[in-house]
Amino acid sequence: MPLTSECLILSALLFGLGVAGFIFKRNLITIFMAVELMLNAVNLAFVAFSRVWGMDGQVFVFFVIVVAAAEAAVGLAIIILIARNRQSLNVERVDFLKL
Amino acid sequence: MLILRYLWIIPALPLLGAAINGLAGMFLPRWPNKAVSAVALGSTGLSFAAVLELVREFVHYAPYPLPWVRQYFTWIAAGDFRAGFDLQLDQLTIVMLLVVTGVGWLIHIYSTGYMAREGGYYRFFAYLNLFTFFMLVLVLAANFALLFVGWEGVGLCSYLLIGFWFLKRSASDAGKKAFIVNRIGDFGFMLGMFLLYRTFGSLDFRAVFGQASSLPAESFGQFGLLTVVCLLLFAGATGKSAQLPLYVWLPDAMEGPTPVSALIHAATMVTAGVYMVARSHTLFRLSPTALFVVAAAGAATALFSATIALVQNDIKRVLAYSTISQLGYMFLACGAGAFAAGIFHLMTHSFFKALLFLAAGSVIHALGGEQDMRKMGGLAGRVRWTWLTMLMATLAIAGAPGFSGFFSKDAILLAALGGAHGGVWLYAAGLFTALLTALYMFRLLFLTFHGQPRFDEHQAHVHESPGSMLAPLMILAVLSVAGGWMAAPEFWGGSSYFERFLAPVFGAAAEAAPASAEIQKFAAIAAGVALAGFLLAWAFYLWRPEAPRRLAGSLRAAYDLLLHKYFVDELYGAVVVRPLLWLSTNLFWKAVDSAGIDGAVNGVAASAAGLGDRVRRVHSGNTRSYAVWVVIGALAVIAVIFWPLLREALAPGAVTGMVR
Amino acid sequence: MIIQTILFLVFAGLAVAGAVSLILQRHPIHCALSLIVVMVSLAGLYLLLGAEFVAAVQIIVYAGAIMVLFVFVIMLLNAGEEERTNLSRLARAAGVPLALALTAVLGVIITKAVRVGAAKPLLPTATRNLALLLFKDYVFPFELTSFLILVAILGAVVLAQRER
Repeated sequence: MPLTSECLILSALLFGLGVAGFIFKRNLITIFMAVELMLNAVNLAFVAFSRVWGMDGQVFVFFVIVVAAAEAAVGLAIIILIARNRQSLNVERVDFLKL
Repeated sequence: MLILRYLWIIPALPLLGAAINGLAGMFLPRWPNKAVSAVALGSTGLSFAAVLELVREFVHYAPYPLPWVRQYFTWIAAGDFRAGFDLQLDQLTIVMLLVVTGVGWLIHIYSTGYMAREGGYYRFFAYLNLFTFFMLVLVLAANFALLFVGWEGVGLCSYLLIGFWFLKRSASDAGKKAFIVNRIGDFGFMLGMFLLYRTFGSLDFRAVFGQASSLPAESFGQFGLLTVVCLLLFAGATGKSAQLPLYVWLPDAMEGPTPVSALIHAATMVTAGVYMVARSHTLFRLSPTALFVVAAAGAATALFSATIALVQNDIKRVLAYSTISQLGYMFLACGAGAFAAGIFHLMTHSFFKALLFLAAGSVIHALGGEQDMRKMGGLAGRVRWTWLTMLMATLAIAGAPGFSGFFSKDAILLAALGGAHGGVWLYAAGLFTALLTALYMFRLLFLTFHGQPRFDEHQAHVHESPGSMLAPLMILAVLSVAGGWMAAPEFWGGSSYFERFLAPVFGAAAEAAPASAEIQKFAAIAAGVALAGFLLAWAFYLWRPEAPRRLAGSLRAAYDLLLHKYFVDELYGAVVVRPLLWLSTNLFWKAVDSAGIDGAVNGVAASAAGLGDRVRRVHSGNTRSYAVWVVIGALAVIAVIFWPLLREALAPGAVTGMVR
Repeated sequence: MIIQTILFLVFAGLAVAGAVSLILQRHPIHCALSLIVVMVSLAGLYLLLGAEFVAAVQIIVYAGAIMVLFVFVIMLLNAGEEERTNLSRLARAAGVPLALALTAVLGVIITKAVRVGAAKPLLPTATRNLALLLFKDYVFPFELTSFLILVAILGAVVLAQRER
């Protein structure tokens, strides 16, 4: 019996934890890492499905990793800029849109 | 066949005149009075000429079948309903056309003299021409809808002309009063028209009267459909023709220039109600109840206003109440079934009443604006022609034998006597009113022209009016004298030419014509009554001029009642006007408009603003809140997409279509 | 098969522990290390699921490059412990219920919607098949992702330049 179902539940759990981190953490970088966690959870789901449905799942995981890499590069560059600008990594200090 | 085919020329000419004078006067500041007069007189005169030509063609070609209808264009076409700009012609139309254009043209000529030094000269003639246009449309209409257009149009022009000197508060008030009171009657008219359409499916005269003639007559006292329709139509006539209870606007309408009073409130507009009732005779004949109401209202109004006229001191007010009284006679005739007699009196009345008003205008002009008869007197020698023509008119209205009023009034009284219900009472009322008419008319004549002069000799330099004013007076005087002779053959066993002319419209006289001996007997009674009135007037105002004052002193209450017109205006004010004003102010303005409608609109705006204010808080600038909103959105989207699944999970039941 | 279950439980437990640690730790460097733990355990799970290449890529690229980048940035910015600000009332009020709801919804959907059938047999040539798919059927997206990386590099370089 394949592990797929259990892995899917784990994937959902990890995704939920990622969401919780996204909402509750205050450090910009940590929030970003929570997003990476969510991406990883999704990757797990893809691989779990590829076990029963074919190789396409893994191809997609490949792409997700590539995109995550690019996104991490640019995102971190932006975070550096913000940190330089506001002298703080606290997301609640980034309130430029406040009316 | 020219005019017969192009009937529209007749109303179009005055309309053109109104347009030219109106536009030129507004945009060309130095459009000369001479040009205004030329355009106005020309257009009306040409219209009159067209009518004469029409009469000639009518007699020559004798178009059959009648009425002769020309349809020019479709005005309203909505579903089953069609109302067109259709003009029709029959003998009744011809009589009305002659009166409107003929007397109208004479009054136009008179106005060039009377209004010569007034401001707004072009405006006056533009309105006058516009009025003529609408009146002609009314008279020529072949369906109720177009008639109503003319009806409303003359009401509008009446308002414009009564309030001609609009800077004067009483004048603009009088204009408004006329329009509003008319409107009340018009409401009844409209209800009647709606019922007509409902019943007959059309407002065309041919269609309605044609279908109606095959319906059974209703019995007296039965308020069937036809009776209701006729009563509603009569309500409209009550407003337009100033009968009880909607007559109150006419005396106030004397605020307008005298030619306006002559044209609109004597000869033409107020007769529109009589015309409309006569035109609908097919309907009225089927409803004895309605006919009785018409006759009774007419007789009551005639008597009522004659009593008021006895004590009025303003020369124009006396004539105004006299008009109301004479209109009552016309309705009395129609109510008694003698429609031709009513129209006959309409015609003769237009002659002598217009003459009376114009002559009064001449007097007012001579005295430099004085209208109170108590400040007149002894003018007979100074303004010879005015006096002479006014004497002719007074004799006519009083019913002196041989004058036009004699023949027409006599026909009416006879018809009233022969009426089916309460004929004797109607006759008695009419006869007594004739006595009063003679009395107050000769009172007017004596107070104005005879006795000692009571005006300030040095202030007013009394002069005879110019030719432009005198010529129409003289023409109308001739008509007042001779206008009734066409009915003379009745006296020696023949039948009135007028009746015979209108026979194709109204049918030959329903009841057997009374013998000439009968006619002569009743004519003698009427003449005697007129003589009695004359003698009473002579006694009270020439022989013993202090007598009226003493009589008024001893009968103080009655005198006050009459002088204040039975306090009807005050009554209306208290019972109708003030409650309505209160209702409008407190209910409709404060509650419905300010609080309700404004409240709703402002409330919508306020709630939008409030909502916006609250929703604005979402944009707190706090990134974490935004993050939460993102998650909420994602959750919502997922829930929507997988809804059947989730519903089944929450409440296990049958679900079709699993999502893979 | 028992060994499979044990291994699964071990790796799953590690992953969940790492994720929980990510949320609970205050210093970002600790969070980064926790994330690395998660990624490595996920790589183990991939191996269990027969995706060797993906497991390798996960370690090399994700844990080995991306997370290193994260750690570099944390050290570059000298990030300290998180401040204790708590300005967002919405997050405080709706945070927990939302996370729980989302997890529950996803769980329900996964378990109810998906009918997992029999597994495909594990092939010795899994990587080769993956390569064939990647370079034949999915070659266009593959090229696009290379382009994407190029753009990302340019973007990162431009954004993070030292100010002139």
